[in-house]
Amino acid sequence: MRNRLPILVFSIITLLSCGSDNDDNVSQANVTFNFNHNWDGSVVTNANFNTVQYTNANGEELSITKLRYLISSITFQKSDGEIIVLDGYNLVDVTNNANLSFTPTTTIPTGTFSKVLFTFGFNNDANYNGNYPDLNAASWNVPAMLGGGYHFMQLEGKFIDNATTETGYAYHAIRAVDTTGATLSFEDTFFEVDLGEVTITNNATFEINMNIAEWFKNPNTWDLNVLNNMLMPNFNAQVMMFENGQNVFSLNAVNQ
Amino acid sequence: MSYYMLLFFICVSCSNESVDTYVPTSSPLQIPQLFQDNILDPVVPINNPQTVEGIALGKKLFFDPILSADNTQACADCHAPGNAFSDTDRFSDGIDGFFGKRNTMPLFNLAWNYDEKFFWDGRVFSLEHQAFQPVTDPLEMHNTWEQVEQKLQQHSEYPKLFEQAFGASTIDSTLITKAIAQFERILISSNSKFDKYLLNETTLTPQELNGFNVFMDETKGDCFHCHGSDKNPLWTDNIFHNNGLDATFADLGLGKVTGDPADNGKFKTPSLRNLAFTAPYMHDGRFTTLDEVIDHYSEGLQNSPTIDPLMKKVAQGGVQLSAQDKADLKAFLLALSDDEFINNPAFSNQ
Repeated sequence: MRNRLPILVFSIITLLSCGSDNDDNVSQANVTFNFNHNWDGSVVTNANFNTVQYTNANGEELSITKLRYLISSITFQKSDGEIIVLDGYNLVDVTNNANLSFTPTTTIPTGTFSKVLFTFGFNNDANYNGNYPDLNAASWNVPAMLGGGYHFMQLEGKFIDNATTETGYAYHAIRAVDTTGATLSFEDTFFEVDLGEVTITNNATFEINMNIAEWFKNPNTWDLNVLNNMLMPNFNAQVMMFENGQNVFSLNAVNQ
Repeated sequence: MSYYMLLFFICVSCSNESVDTYVPTSSPLQIPQLFQDNILDPVVPINNPQTVEGIALGKKLFFDPILSADNTQACADCHAPGNAFSDTDRFSDGIDGFFGKRNTMPLFNLAWNYDEKFFWDGRVFSLEHQAFQPVTDPLEMHNTWEQVEQKLQQHSEYPKLFEQAFGASTIDSTLITKAIAQFERILISSNSKFDKYLLNETTLTPQELNGFNVFMDETKGDCFHCHGSDKNPLWTDNIFHNNGLDATFADLGLGKVTGDPADNGKFKTPSLRNLAFTAPYMHDGRFTTLDEVIDHYSEGLQNSPTIDPLMKKVAQGGVQLSAQDKADLKAFLLALSDDEFINNPAFSNQ
């Protein structure tokens, strides 16, 4: 029997190796981020696109025909300073109802985090030091003459202008660049969204809200009659988008 | 001894079963460097892998009028290799002399159409399904698949070629379209002057370089939002837009397919590669020259409820390019044409 014991043990291990793993590790959690959209509280999906039905803070009636934006650098920060940055980025594509939910491949330890953050757009390191085939294939690039890198957001639609004509707008957010000098001059316009303190006890789903109306509201009341197109090379417009973006996102719930 | 037997059976039970099946010779797509470096991998269905035999069969079928009802028209009659697989006629005529209502689309880099929506109006999903349509279209080959299958089955060469490509003795429409799709996927265009410029193999003229700047400048041409950039060698977003051709629509395009009025007047963005060979332009071939195309975006836009918001300055007719910028833009666009592609013997009927 002693001679047969190693064979029996090996056989059992071999048998078990044929099965799938089912190891639950309660100390590590998957996190999912769901991106939901509204216009001052009214739910917005792509089913609501292409119809002039919203009114911005400046009183202009408008529609949405396209909305996609980039989020990156999801970060969990503990009070002792420990920081966990999750790999990956996500191009939220409301137009095509795609990537509205994002689950990074990295798990996080359970516990209390003093801050949970994500970046709207790319920080400069990610924006200029990476070449992303999926974003290139989505024609998400910023021309080299504006510094290169990638768009942060494309919000497009139609509005009723002062001549009561339906006119297109293309509210495209990128890193602000001043092209008037001999060399390009930049101002950072990506920003971190702080979702506040969160205690993770299990696999968790963050419900993130974007209030699209805020892009036109605070602190800059956006006048679409003036700022409706060719906004990428418009340094001041990009800074205004950055400022208005500060109040766009909020955390609705964490379900776990 | 019984434990050794048990161990043997356990090990055997973990392995895959081996069944002898015919396997044609694999021939993966040769992905150009700029494509490899910058964009996602091509789409090749797992149920129709690229093979030497399948591609050769697809090529033979593509150039063979046997697919048409009266044996007079091949795919290549409207998709001519010398024209980047498009037709110089505004509308192509079928075997009965009737004309379609849209310009024949060129064929290249089709495996990188990630959404797999084909035709100007995106009405068909997948390249295999696309190949089904012209054979039975009354305005094109006006045949039936039963007749095609019968003719090929009774042919002196095809049964053996299908056997070699798919291991099948019975020829059917699914295998026919699979073979054609395999051939179409190898139609890769990646050797334009601009490609070589990006690979540091040549230089551009000052005019071509300025034309590229006009293309990329949001205050001038602003072409890149729909047609891509130096980071997207496809030169199309493969998405559907209303680019301001008409105030009202005789052809609803995508709108007829989806039934959504918001899609009326939208057509697929064509690639800007090989424009030197693909005139006339637009879905209905209304423009015979590139100059007319550029003039359209500069001064000729027509407003309509579904015009794309990226079509700016519509009230003024367009982006109002100077004569010099127009000439430079045209020079750049022509630098996207790929003579090696249209002269590649692997793509012609030789």
